[in-house]
Amino acid sequence: MTSPAEVPITSNDDVVRVRQVVRGLAAEVKMSLVDQTKVVTAASELARNTFVYGGGGTATVELVTNPATGRTGVKIVFTDEGPGIPDVDLALTEGWSSGSGLGLGLSGTRRLVDEFDLETEPGTGTRISVTKWTR
Amino acid sequence: MTLGAGRQQRIATLLRERREGVLDHWVAAVLNTVRGRTTQAELRGQLAELYELVVQAMGEEDGTAAGELSAALQELSRTRARQGFSPSETAVSVFGLKDAVLHEIEAGGGTGVVVYREFASFSKDIDDLGLLTFETYARTREQVIADQAEQLLELSTPVVKLWEGIVGVPLVGTLDSARTQVVMESLLQTLVDTGSEHAVIDITGVPAVDTEVAQHLLKTVVAARLMGAECVISGIRPQIAQTIVALGIEFGDIVTKATLADALAYALERSGVRVGAG
Repeated sequence: MTSPAEVPITSNDDVVRVRQVVRGLAAEVKMSLVDQTKVVTAASELARNTFVYGGGGTATVELVTNPATGRTGVKIVFTDEGPGIPDVDLALTEGWSSGSGLGLGLSGTRRLVDEFDLETEPGTGTRISVTKWTR
Repeated sequence: MTLGAGRQQRIATLLRERREGVLDHWVAAVLNTVRGRTTQAELRGQLAELYELVVQAMGEEDGTAAGELSAALQELSRTRARQGFSPSETAVSVFGLKDAVLHEIEAGGGTGVVVYREFASFSKDIDDLGLLTFETYARTREQVIADQAEQLLELSTPVVKLWEGIVGVPLVGTLDSARTQVVMESLLQTLVDTGSEHAVIDITGVPAVDTEVAQHLLKTVVAARLMGAECVISGIRPQIAQTIVALGIEFGDIVTKATLADALAYALERSGVRVGAG
């Protein structure tokens, strides 16, 4: 599989594609089954957010190596040019949803991955970068 | 669309007068690409019909035959698409006529600018017809795909009777809104039809349970509950369990089991069936 892989997110079917690409790379770096499932679920969650709330965007999936520890991992960056998130703290609050979801997407996703980085600007878009390292 | 409309009189005459020669070449050219999937007689029949329409379309003013020709070509493309021919194999059926005509022009010692100018014009008309077959072909294939996707949606969500009063829903693959709707409808209907009070939703075949999937499952369980049926969710594998915990999804008082067997045993016990030796 080529890395980095860029997957456009413009429909619900693309969420499945993002998941497949992430699963492929996670299996390639021999992540444990639990960690694979966690990173795939996180990717699924964020890809759906990108589509539903961000109005579509792209996911960039790549293999990375931590220079300090030498461990490999999977890094996924989601970008959209949607409305952005007005109140990040509120969006990360357990159980709060601006839509009709369970309100666990962002807060839960943060617990599924090792690194979580959110940049957003109301009116211009959102960029979320997550990384899961192998153990 | 009218063909030629007086601009291709030599070609029209050639098509009328050397019908057999042109047709032979056309059939031979097409037969080369579709070898084995249609017989020579059948193919000749199809092409002869198109040939007549081409000749008529070239000699007419009002476009009746041209309309029939389009319809016949579209029908041919549709049939080819459904039979699994490739787009080029389908288009060759039309483009082959150009080679056949050119061959006849050359065989007849046809030289001179006029004939070739006419041929260029004729060739353009045939190209248009070829594009028409391409479009029809693509449309038909898309239709086939759409039909299959719909069939798959229904196929992939069976509701099965596990025991008297217990139904099972084995879920496989991605659980999106559309599929959840189908699952929920068929589950609720089966509950009514069979008078069941227990349902086992098995998610062993669902690769990832994110918040949307969980929400769909919860809604299905609540809907079943409103109808007086108790749901058990089974097939929660270790990695799924850990992911659900990390995500913070609460299944509340919904009974969940690791395997379908556990869930069935639980439902049997609840409905008062005793399983055991003796």
